[in-house]
Amino acid sequence: MNRQTHRTERGGRIDRSAPLAFTFDGVRYEGYRGDTLASALLANGVRLAGRSFKYHRPRGIFAAGGEEPNALVRIGEGARAEPNIKATQVELYDGLTARSQNRWPSLELDVGELGNVASWLLPAGFYYKTFMWPGSWWRFYEHFIRKAAGLGRAPVEPDPDHYDRRYAFCDVLVVGGGPAGLMAALTAARSGARVIIADDAPALGDSLLASTASIDGGDPMGFVSRIGEELASCPNLRVLGRTTAFGYYDDNMIVAVERRADHVPAPPAHCPRQRTWWIRAREVVLATGAIERPLPFEDNDLPGVMLASAARTYALRYGVRLAGRAVVFTNNDSAYEAIEPVLDAGTDVIAVVDAREGGPGGDALALLQRFEIELIPGSVVMRAIGRTVEGVEVRSLSSDGASVGDASRRMPCDFVFVSGGWSPTVHLFSQSRGRLRFDEERAAFVPEEGAPRERGGRERSAGAARGLVRLSECLADGIAAGADAARAAGFEAEAEPPCPAVQEWEDCAPVRALWAVPLPSWRHGKRFVDLQNDVTVADIELAVREGYTSVEHLKRYTTLGMGTDQGRTSNVNGLAVLAATLGAGIPAVGTTTFRPPYSPVALGAVAGREVGIDQTPIRRTPMHDWHAARGASFVTVGPWMRAQCYPHPGESMMDAINREARQVRRSAGIVDVSTLGKIEVRGRDAGEFLHRVYINRIRNLRVGRCRYAFMLREDGFVLDDGTVTRIRDDEYYLTTGTGHAAVVMAHLERYAQIVWPDLDVHLTSVTDQWAGAAVAGPRSRDLLAAACDGADVSDAALPFMGCKDATVAGAPVRIIRMTFSGERAFEVHCPADYGVHVWEALLAAGEPFDVMPYGTEALGVLRIEKGHVVPNELDGRTIPADFGFDRMEKDEDFIGRRSLERFRVGGRKRKTFAGLVSENGDAIPRGGHLVWNPTAPRPMRMFGHVTSSCYSPSLERHIALALIEDAADWKGRVLYAASPLTSSFVPVRITDHVFIDPENRRPKG
Amino acid sequence: MMLITCPWCGPRAHVEFTYGGDATVARPAAPDAVTAEAWLDHVYLRDNPRGPHDEWWQHTSGCRSWIKVRRDTWTHRVHGSGPPEANLGGDEHR
Ligand SMILES: [Zn+2]
Repeated sequence: MNRQTHRTERGGRIDRSAPLAFTFDGVRYEGYRGDTLASALLANGVRLAGRSFKYHRPRGIFAAGGEEPNALVRIGEGARAEPNIKATQVELYDGLTARSQNRWPSLELDVGELGNVASWLLPAGFYYKTFMWPGSWWRFYEHFIRKAAGLGRAPVEPDPDHYDRRYAFCDVLVVGGGPAGLMAALTAARSGARVIIADDAPALGDSLLASTASIDGGDPMGFVSRIGEELASCPNLRVLGRTTAFGYYDDNMIVAVERRADHVPAPPAHCPRQRTWWIRAREVVLATGAIERPLPFEDNDLPGVMLASAARTYALRYGVRLAGRAVVFTNNDSAYEAIEPVLDAGTDVIAVVDAREGGPGGDALALLQRFEIELIPGSVVMRAIGRTVEGVEVRSLSSDGASVGDASRRMPCDFVFVSGGWSPTVHLFSQSRGRLRFDEERAAFVPEEGAPRERGGRERSAGAARGLVRLSECLADGIAAGADAARAAGFEAEAEPPCPAVQEWEDCAPVRALWAVPLPSWRHGKRFVDLQNDVTVADIELAVREGYTSVEHLKRYTTLGMGTDQGRTSNVNGLAVLAATLGAGIPAVGTTTFRPPYSPVALGAVAGREVGIDQTPIRRTPMHDWHAARGASFVTVGPWMRAQCYPHPGESMMDAINREARQVRRSAGIVDVSTLGKIEVRGRDAGEFLHRVYINRIRNLRVGRCRYAFMLREDGFVLDDGTVTRIRDDEYYLTTGTGHAAVVMAHLERYAQIVWPDLDVHLTSVTDQWAGAAVAGPRSRDLLAAACDGADVSDAALPFMGCKDATVAGAPVRIIRMTFSGERAFEVHCPADYGVHVWEALLAAGEPFDVMPYGTEALGVLRIEKGHVVPNELDGRTIPADFGFDRMEKDEDFIGRRSLERFRVGGRKRKTFAGLVSENGDAIPRGGHLVWNPTAPRPMRMFGHVTSSCYSPSLERHIALALIEDAADWKGRVLYAASPLTSSFVPVRITDHVFIDPENRRPKG
Repeated sequence: MMLITCPWCGPRAHVEFTYGGDATVARPAAPDAVTAEAWLDHVYLRDNPRGPHDEWWQHTSGCRSWIKVRRDTWTHRVHGSGPPEANLGGDEHR
C-alpha cells in the first residue's frame, strides 16, 4: 500500500482516523473519509490522471469541483462500472476502484499519443472533413477513428441498481449551498416559506469550506456549521445534499438528481442508487456560484497546471501538500488567496506572474512582501515546459495585450496555479431563458437583471452566480435574494438574519481581461482553450478562416464546449478568442445556448422505476387468477393480460386452440370478455347524443334492445365498433373494443362537453366495474337456462340482440344476447366482484352441456370464420362501406358523415372486404400483400392485403380476411399472398368474407 | 413541464392533460349546409400561429374536463384557461 506521502500534518475537513483503501489503475492507495478521489490521488503524489480525448496527451487534475475537464475516470467494475466520472466529485469510500480513460495500453505509455505527434492530421473540423472524403474510404478509417475517439466505455451488463423519482413542491427553491445560497435559504425559511436547498456536495458550504476570510470573528467552517444546524432545525426546510439541479424547465420545474448511494460501494438494501427530484417551485434563487477560468498559454494542459482556487481548496479542505515549487499566474486578485494556504501546506511559491501592469491591490501586495515572494507584473507565463510541469517561460505582455516581449525568462517549478478570472455559473439561468450580459469591468457574462422575459423564469441569481466576488457581498446578496423570493411567494420575514461580519481583503485591483496569451508568429505550441475536447486557440482561428464565424457553428465544428464538460472552464475564453479573431466585441459574438442537462445524468435516473415489468401498469380481469390456476397462457392486449388458451397436459398450443374452437361450434364455451371497454351514458338527451355519435339510428332503439354500431372520426374513418344497449329511457350501456376504451371515452367527452354542451348527457367509464363472460355455442341457451335461477331465456323472452337483467347463483347479471363467434351466444355481465362467482356458476351449470373455457386465440379463430371485424380491419384507414356496413348509415348528421362524401365522388379505388382460402395448405401470411404473380419484376402491382389469418378447424383449411380492390371481380380467382420478409408466397382463392353460416341462422335460432 | 390551470382543479402539471388541438375552430352546426371547401377546412386545415393561441386540453388524469387554454406557442406561457365556452381574450376565432 502506498503511503499518503503528500498529506499535511494536520488540517482539512478530512477524518484522519478513518483511512480508506482504494485502487487507481490497479494500484492500491490510501485516503481518508472526506477525501474525493482527486484529493486522495494528489495526497498520494499521483500527478497523471488521464489522457486527453483527441490527442491522448497526459493530463493531471486541474480543478477541485464539478468544473474538472481532465480527470475523468471509470468507477467500479462490471455492471456497476460508470465511465466519465469526474475524480473531483467522487467521494472516496473503502474499496473504491477507479480506472483512467482514453489510454492504451497504459496511462504512462499510450500508443494514441501518436495523435499528439501527428496532430496536424487532426485539425478543427476533422470529423467533418473526414466525412467529405470519398465514402468508400470512410469504411477504412471508421474503425480506427471509433477506437481512438469517444470518452470512456459504457458497461454492457444490465444495471443492477434501482432508481427512484420524486415530485416536490416548495415556495422557494435555492440551488447551491455556498455563501449566497445558505443565507438565501435561511432568510426564506425564517419567513415561513416552504424551502428546499439543493447542493451537489455532500455537505453545505461550497467555497466557504476553503476560504481564508474570517466570519463573525471565527473561521468560515464554524460559520457553516452554525447555519447548517439552524437550517436542519427548520421544519419548513429540506436540505438535499449530493443533489445536482440539472434542468430548468417550463413554469419553474427544476429537475435534480440526488446521488443516494454513489459514496458507498453498492446501495444498501431498498435504497435507490439515485433519485430524480422534480421540483415545482414558486420562486427560485440560483446561487450556483462561479467557475474560475484557465489562462491559455503554450502547453497549458501539462500535469501540474492547476486552477489557483483548486490549489487553495486542496490545501485548506483536504490537507493536500502539492510538493515542490509553484508559480502563480493570474490576471486578478483572487489567485493571491491561494498563496498562504499552499505555503502552510508545504508548497514553495516562488513567484507570481500577474498580467496587470500595476499588479494586485494592497492586501495581496502586503502578503507577497510578508512572505518575500517575487512579483512579476505586466507579464505572462508564455509556456509550460516539460512532460509534466518542470518550469515556465515568462515574458512581458504589451499594454494592448496583443503581443509579448522578446526577453524570455525561464523559471524551474513543479506547479503553475492559474486564474483567468471568474465566470458565473449561468447554465440554469440560461436554461430558464434568461439573457446574459457581458460585464466589461468583471470580464464575465452575468445574468441580465430586470430584462423582459420570453418565458416564465421566476428566479433570481445571487452571489457569485451574478458576478459578485467578495464574500461579504455574496452573503448580503443571499439575504436579499432569499427575502425577495419569499416575498414574491407571499411570505414576509419578521426579521431578516443580520449580515455576518466578514474580515476579508478590502484593497483589491480590478481584473485585466486576458483570454489567451499571445503567441509569437514563429511559435506553434498548443494553447488549450477547452481541455476536455482538446480545442486550441489555433483550432478556433482555423475555424474562423474556414468561415465558421457564428458561435453556434464554431461549437459544432471544433467541439468547443461539448462533451460532459459543457464549456464550464472553456466557454468564455473560447468565444472571446473568436471575438478577437473576428475583430468583434465579445457581446456581439454572444454565447452558445445552454441546454439541459447541466451535467451528465445516468439513464437509470431518468427512467426511475419505470423499467422492466414496471414500465407500464398491467391490468388483470377479475377472473385472472382462475385462468392462471387452470394453466392458461396469457397474451397482452392493450393494457390487459388476457387468457390466450387453456392447453391440457401434453397438448400443444395449436391443438388447444383448435379443440377450443371446435367445442364452441359443437357444444358450448365460455370466454372472459371483461376487458371490453364499457361506458355508461345517462341523461335526458343520452339517446340524442348517441344518435349523433354513431352512424346507426339510436333514437329508435327500444329499452331492452342492443345494436351493433360504428362510430367514425370526423374525417370519416372508423374509430370503433361496439354495442349500444338501452337499459332505461335515459340510460345506455356501451361496449368498445378492448384497446379502444380510453380513446372512445375521450372522443365522447369531447363532443359532449365542447360540441354539444346543450345536451343533457353524462358519461361514466365502467370498464372496471363490470366483469363479463360470453357463453357461446349451440348449447349456450341450455346452459344459461340452468344457470339463471329460473329466469326465462327463451327466444321470446330474450331474442337476438335483446338484453335482460337476471341473477346467476344469486348474483345480479345483465345478459345481452349477441354473438362474435357466429354461434348462439350471450354476454353475461356482472359487478366485477362477482366475476369469479358468476364465471364458476356458469361453468358448473354448463357441465351437462359439455362447456369449457376458451381463450382469445379460439375467439379470434371463430370470428375470422364468421368474418367479423376487429382493429386489424378497422385500422384507421377504413370506412363502413369497405365492409358493407354503409347500410347502417342513416340519412342524418353524425360525426364523420360529411367526410364520407369524398369517398363517393371518385378518387382512388377503395379496397373492400373479402375472404381468402389457402390453395396449397400453407398458412396465409398475416400482413401479406396480394399480387398476381410473385415472380414478376418489382415493384409489382398490389391488389390488397391480408388483415387476419388463421387455421380454421371447422373448414380444416388455412383461411384469412383481406381488403382487396375490386373484391367482387376477384371472387373465385387465385392471387398470391406475398410476404417477402418471411419468404412466403401462398396461392389464395378469393371468397366471401363469411365462411360459416352465411345466412346467419345460428345466432338467431 | 408546463403548469396548466384547470378551472375546476387548479394548477396542474401538463402531463395530467392531453392536448386536443386548435380551439378556434368550431364544428359547423349543420355540416350538410356548408361547402365542401368549408368542411375540408374544418376537418384538416389548421393555422400554426406563433404566439398566444387558444387550444383544447383535456384533464385526462384529473377531472376529465375538456378545457380551453390560451397558451403562447413560442414561450409556452399559459395566459389563461377556462371552460369550453370561455372567451380568453383572443380575437383569432373564426
Ligand atoms: Zn380538472
